[in-house]
Amino acid sequence: MSILINKDTRVVTQGITGKTGQFHTKMCKDYANGANCFVAGVNPKKAGESFEDIPIYATVKEAKQQQGVNASVIYVPPPFAAAAIWEAVEADLDLVICITEGIPVRDMVAVKDRMKKEGRKTILCGPNCPGIITPDEIKIGIMPGHIHKKGRIGVVSRSGTLTYEAVGQLSDLDLGQSTAVGIGGDPVNGLKHKDVLELFMNDPDTDAVIMIGEIGGSDEEAAAEWYSKECRNKKPVVGFIAGVTAPAGKRMGHAGAIISGGKGTAQEKLAVMEACGIRTTKNPAEMGKLLRTVL
Amino acid sequence: MKIHEYQGKEILRKFGVATPRGVPCFSVDEAVKAAENLGGKVWVVKAQIHAGGRGKGGGVKVAKSLDEVKGYAGQILGMQLKTHQTGPEGQKVRRLLIEEGADIKAELYVGMVIDRVTQKVCLMASSEGGMDIEEVAAKTPEKIHKVFVDPVAGLTDAEAGTVCRQIGIPEASVVQGRAVLQGLYKAFWETDASLAEINPLIVTGDGRVVALDAKMNFDSNALFRHEDIVAMRDLDEEDPAEIEASKFDLSYISLDGNIGCLVNGAGLAMATMDTIKLFGAEPANFLDVGGGATTEKVTEAFKLMLANPKVKGILVNIFGGIMRCDTIANGVVAAARETHLSVPLVVRMRGTNEDLGKQILKESGLPIITASDMADAAQKIVTAVAGK
Repeated sequence: MSILINKDTRVVTQGITGKTGQFHTKMCKDYANGANCFVAGVNPKKAGESFEDIPIYATVKEAKQQQGVNASVIYVPPPFAAAAIWEAVEADLDLVICITEGIPVRDMVAVKDRMKKEGRKTILCGPNCPGIITPDEIKIGIMPGHIHKKGRIGVVSRSGTLTYEAVGQLSDLDLGQSTAVGIGGDPVNGLKHKDVLELFMNDPDTDAVIMIGEIGGSDEEAAAEWYSKECRNKKPVVGFIAGVTAPAGKRMGHAGAIISGGKGTAQEKLAVMEACGIRTTKNPAEMGKLLRTVL
Repeated sequence: MKIHEYQGKEILRKFGVATPRGVPCFSVDEAVKAAENLGGKVWVVKAQIHAGGRGKGGGVKVAKSLDEVKGYAGQILGMQLKTHQTGPEGQKVRRLLIEEGADIKAELYVGMVIDRVTQKVCLMASSEGGMDIEEVAAKTPEKIHKVFVDPVAGLTDAEAGTVCRQIGIPEASVVQGRAVLQGLYKAFWETDASLAEINPLIVTGDGRVVALDAKMNFDSNALFRHEDIVAMRDLDEEDPAEIEASKFDLSYISLDGNIGCLVNGAGLAMATMDTIKLFGAEPANFLDVGGGATTEKVTEAFKLMLANPKVKGILVNIFGGIMRCDTIANGVVAAARETHLSVPLVVRMRGTNEDLGKQILKESGLPIITASDMADAAQKIVTAVAGK
């Protein structure tokens, strides 16, 4: 099994006609059961056309009516991406994965507020994330499928290539993954480490979790504290935090990766995680090995 | 993106926040003329640099005559102003703000940021103005009052009024204080700010509530809809290497070490820096070449790293994934040739066409050291640099 997505997930791609959307839709369709999962695209100007035999609809709502989609992936450019998220939420999809990088924070504050106030059930993953993959079943996003292996380790991370690094190490050690979730590097986003950790804790097919964080915010601390209180002896969790050498006040690539007001340092996060029973390493080349020691 | 105090005040005035009258100046003559035109008997000569802590560093002076204005302006203009935010080399002062003096009865603090937990704008206010707010938060957290603003309703009269009373604005001035807080919130929201801070916000002898300072930072992802704010950008205040990097869509930050690193992805770039540190050396930079690293981009990235005289070695760490390692290898070889690379270079590549990539590096005839994983790569570059 897995969390969030599996071989039966039916996906609509918002922004399917753009360069990025086209490239990754093709890659996703070619991965495992992708051909049966990627069943619709959206572009109001190109409704009625198709891409790679995937029919294009004017709206997400219409794609849902015609193809029974329950998840969406967004490649729409930043100025329009928050509106695209809202369109998927309004169509009551179960899950929206927003890949788009560079969405203004204010737009995210507004759309998240609206989701909360209207009590919407849709789960948002991202933005500015690589997506989610359940190996050998489905890949929704921009990660390289071939480095993954089916298995029983859960992966959750704020970063893209650093996640691939961890997945690569796990696969090399023959430790397959149940699901790998990229929650993204933006300060205002959907799923948090804690949310994904909770899903993994309740997933009968995940035995252990690797949690990868970075400087900025307190998401990792919140997840660690929740784990310590609720699930400490349930399943082992190991972690890595990037940015021990990052200077304060500088945005390290990701919009959310910034130490501000002395808060959100890697040292602080690592200390909280260790105190909460999450083993950490300072050597990112040993994330996989560390996980193996706790199994 | 950051702006100067005088620019922040211009924005705040548009949103109904009272500030002292003042004039930005670029020369001593302009400063004296500005003081004459402002009139009065007391002026404040303020260095305009993007870093905070200017007063403690000697960049803010109170002048009691036009001669003093002239003296201080001459002293401050052109100085290397050192504050806790500039680093040891300081920042050259190129602009001044000449302001009328203020009759300060109380110094308060108000600031706004995006709170990541509640995902709302957070208003922070304190009776302890004019001080480092982080120190106040650490020592006397009970003196900081917070409101998480509803994005639809905005900062309400009731919320703003309560905060005014909590931070000790006298009852007769509460209506004005409310206008300041609500104006600050509107300015924050409508300009897509990431930080807006008035420290100190003062109450004057005659009961007015005035912003004596203004600090605003903006969400760089939202600049596409704020031409007026982009026009306020002052490139003199930014790191030339970072400006150059942004032209090529490279994410680059200068650091103090001697090992340059070139990585794809922000998280992996930070992790690579950390690994260099783990093996006893310091990274010279953060450099994320992004997802679509072309030969041109890799070459520009090499030029950027090598422009830093401190760089004694380079570590390239690429997790290819979808990007092919042979493309990266060709880029690295071309860049090393074009820049006549003379420092040790360690390359670690992982992903599609890995073997082909390694072969290209080997056949180039360049003294490139290859590594099997991140730790191996870091160890090799640290050793190579130490041995030189």
